[in-house]
Amino acid sequence: MKSLILRDLKLAFRSGGGFALTLAFFLIVVMFVPFGVGANLELLSRIAPGILWIGALLSCLLSLDRIFQLDWEDGTLEALATSPIPLSGIATAKACAHWITTGLPITIAAIPLGYLLNLPTDAYTWLIASLALGTPALSFIGAFGAAITVGIKRGGLLLSLLVLPLYIPTLMLGAQVVATGTQNPAQLLALVAAISLLSIALIPPACAIALRANLR
Amino acid sequence: MLLNVSNLNCMRADKLILSNVSLSVDNGDCLILRGPNGSGKTTLLRYLAGLSGGRYNNNIAFSGHLDGVKSTLTVRENLEFWAGIYGFDQVNNVMDQLLLTSLQDRAAGDMSAGQKRRLGLARMLLTGASVWLMDEPTVSLDTATSEVIAKAIKAHCENGGAAIISTHIDLDIPRARILTITDFTAKPTDHKNLFLEGVF
Repeated sequence: MKSLILRDLKLAFRSGGGFALTLAFFLIVVMFVPFGVGANLELLSRIAPGILWIGALLSCLLSLDRIFQLDWEDGTLEALATSPIPLSGIATAKACAHWITTGLPITIAAIPLGYLLNLPTDAYTWLIASLALGTPALSFIGAFGAAITVGIKRGGLLLSLLVLPLYIPTLMLGAQVVATGTQNPAQLLALVAAISLLSIALIPPACAIALRANLR
Repeated sequence: MLLNVSNLNCMRADKLILSNVSLSVDNGDCLILRGPNGSGKTTLLRYLAGLSGGRYNNNIAFSGHLDGVKSTLTVRENLEFWAGIYGFDQVNNVMDQLLLTSLQDRAAGDMSAGQKRRLGLARMLLTGASVWLMDEPTVSLDTATSEVIAKAIKAHCENGGAAIISTHIDLDIPRARILTITDFTAKPTDHKNLFLEGVF
């Protein structure tokens, strides 16, 4: 599994790997909001949690089809499926690699972007905590959608339709954690973490079933 | 017995392609699948590999029509990845065996189709698996490279492994047995019986 994660990281950082695209998309979405909304600091401060979380979600969505599609197209996935690593382990490794190349950089980039959106100082800790604990759910839920649609050419629309409804609880709770940052939203944060933990526990076996069906 | 299958029914796109396939391979055996295009050679190999159903042996390596090669990684990086997956650190030996040493720092995307095929097949040598399932391994390979692949298969069988290969050319492997796949082509009546037996 370690080899698979390291290879996916290597591929993501190479030319055409998608790492820069995801991060650039997040930066563009969030940086353009002040231009669209105007220099109303109070309004920006109020919408900052939602904008940062929506930006994170859309950036994550942009790279989901790469989780399995490229391996499917070049025959690596069927070779991996006959390797000693179970398909659920392959799904876990690939979702982890996806999180390292999307969720983690988004969490780090959200700090300067929060400043751009006039995020209250007290909310920064909760912003980092909610993104760090919530983005794994985005990667794992996304991996499930990617596993279902792996055999479909240009299945991006179907993937979005499958995954977006499942993202809503994480988005609502994650943005709420940041928005109520001054009132110690530890319980909400625990729920965000719970969604991620449930995703990590339940989704790899479901991915394995979806991949097995697509490989038939 | 490394692999023993009896009365296997193989389906493709909900259609019964092969019925009652029985075969077995033991240490040192090489089984060549023969049959025209579309007769079910690939389908059978995918079944045996466990891609279309249950696995018959966990010590199996499968090589399909696609090479499983990452174009942005170098030859060495591609092989090191598979060595890590199978825990079989013989990258230098394998590169020597398949004449890839001089290409080790070249990105796979810059290689010819034949060189990529050779790189894809090099994965088989890194699996350490006892049964190799190979689907048209010599496609895009010239005569000299086909001989290199045949030599690797021979060495694998001589070392106690076994191989089931679908190919249209003569690989010149001693002790190789031929299995004519058309002998197992499903008849319409087979399909009907399966339906009645509640397979679907």
